[in-house]
Amino acid sequence: MCRSKRAWMMLALLMAMAGSSGAAERLGLGQPLSDAQLARWNIDVDAQGRGLPAGQGSVAQGQRIYAQTCAACHGDKGQGNPADALVGGQGSLAKAKPLKTIGSFWPYATTVFDFINRAMPYNAPKSLSADEVYAVTAYLLHLNGIVPANTVLDAASLPQVRMPNRDGFIGDTRPDTSNVACQHCPPPAAATTQ
Amino acid sequence: MKELVKNQNRRRFLRGGGALAGAALASTASAAGALAGQAQPLEVAPWSKTPGEPALWHPYGQPSPFEDKVVRRSRGAAPFPGANSSMTPLQDLFGIITPTGLVFERHHAGIPLIDPAQHRLAVHGLVARPTLFSMDDLVRLPSVSRIHFLECSGNTGREWKGPGTASLQFSHGLLSCCEWTGVPLSVLLEEVGVDPQAAWILAEGADAAGMTRSIPIAKALDDALLVYAQNGERLRPEHGYPLRLFLPGFEGNMSVKWLRRLKVGREPFMSREETSKYTDSLPDGTARQFTFLMETKSVITFPAPDHRLREPGFYQIAGLAWTGRGRIRRVDVSVDGGRNWQEARLQEPVLDRALTRFTLPWRWDGAPAVLQSRAIDETGYVQPSGRQLVHARGLESNYHFNAIQSWKVGADGIISNVQV
Repeated sequence: MCRSKRAWMMLALLMAMAGSSGAAERLGLGQPLSDAQLARWNIDVDAQGRGLPAGQGSVAQGQRIYAQTCAACHGDKGQGNPADALVGGQGSLAKAKPLKTIGSFWPYATTVFDFINRAMPYNAPKSLSADEVYAVTAYLLHLNGIVPANTVLDAASLPQVRMPNRDGFIGDTRPDTSNVACQHCPPPAAATTQ
Repeated sequence: MKELVKNQNRRRFLRGGGALAGAALASTASAAGALAGQAQPLEVAPWSKTPGEPALWHPYGQPSPFEDKVVRRSRGAAPFPGANSSMTPLQDLFGIITPTGLVFERHHAGIPLIDPAQHRLAVHGLVARPTLFSMDDLVRLPSVSRIHFLECSGNTGREWKGPGTASLQFSHGLLSCCEWTGVPLSVLLEEVGVDPQAAWILAEGADAAGMTRSIPIAKALDDALLVYAQNGERLRPEHGYPLRLFLPGFEGNMSVKWLRRLKVGREPFMSREETSKYTDSLPDGTARQFTFLMETKSVITFPAPDHRLREPGFYQIAGLAWTGRGRIRRVDVSVDGGRNWQEARLQEPVLDRALTRFTLPWRWDGAPAVLQSRAIDETGYVQPSGRQLVHARGLESNYHFNAIQSWKVGADGIISNVQV
């Protein structure tokens, strides 16, 4: 508790400092960083689609790229093995062994673009063009029944895609247990062994 | 030399010596007992009769060859070897500091080998002065050193549905504790001037996975560190060399390794690792998100399934307790499956969000026994039972399993993983 209070006091202090133009106590280390310099690193895409690059890709293009680049690890229809399943599982989240895929679980379509763009394919991440990433994203959303076969995605349309599990997340509601540190406790039930 | 090692190993085996590792080598009660009764004359060993190895035998020191079983281990081969983890051999360790070479690993696309001269940290977004820092710049900034545990939120995740593994290393080994040295993130944020609207910071790794997590600004300004050294030396490649984020008490994945970029923003960035992974499914199909804190937990590290007790008699039960909430206040130990509990001794130092070592003297009568430990933190939170966790979260949460662990000691001295 007192830690977070301290943090807010520090934040307030920083806000006050940011408000005044005085850089009196700066240590002066590091180099100024321009947007142009940063461009190839500044790749994150947030849930509103901020950060999406120019370009576009269709479901049909994505199908071709997926077959060449992704299917070996994720299965020809996104069913997974050896890598994660990407398709299916809708309606399974409240059952035993839920199948968590892009279609059943991921809350934002923008995250699909961001992750493929930064981390896929596993053996050559950051090798796909923006057009190719849009196309693979479109194909995966189509395989999950989220967008029709004639879809073309770009920076304007991708953030408009509403994912089935968009409202499936809640915050941290822990602590959610209240064990009692009894010294002499009621007898336990039968044991299971590994 | 090899021959010597072999002979010495044999001797050690016959003596049943080295209570911990020796027991793990299946020194059977009969073999050890047969020699114990014979009072043989002591011999003068070969190493007492000839000078040993020179200084700088190994310029970077290494453990005795007799300790070669004390290593990190993976559960098995992964389809993508770079996207795997290895576990700390908690059953073989003492004190609270994990030797760097034994600190667990979890990577999502392998270990990059980064030239520190070429490494840069970009800090931008809602800041007054977007800045690019070299490692030389960062090491010049005011630094601190702090001892904290690091635990993967998937640690012990195999135990949700019943006893998941017959090994402490595999059940609890995604856990380590080190001295971390680096720059408080608050210092760096002051240097670049954070916008008053800032609420979250995206941390991004330079690895092939481009690991990304969103960090609340309050944590960033409170106690987050930009770490470049661990246990007194520069980070190892597998732990983020040359630079990582470190968030005391938070799930390990957020302490992004090979850190190359911090982007200050207003909202969480909803990266893959904070939506589709590292979220905790509940029975109604919803999932908890941003469950950062590692809750209070403990485990008995001796005796554990990786050991075998060779005879009845005196043993010191030892274990580790830790909490993301602060300090451990008390640890209780039961040797009867949770019916009766005794307060264990906490070994100093008891540090904020560090592993705390506890011990309890124990005389084993040779009858089956179920050993448990139960930690209580300084907020009064009591480590839950597995049953309580399952009642609250169902069976599909995967992450954040911090239940009381039970080890059953059989009459044969073999120790197994049980749930009671």
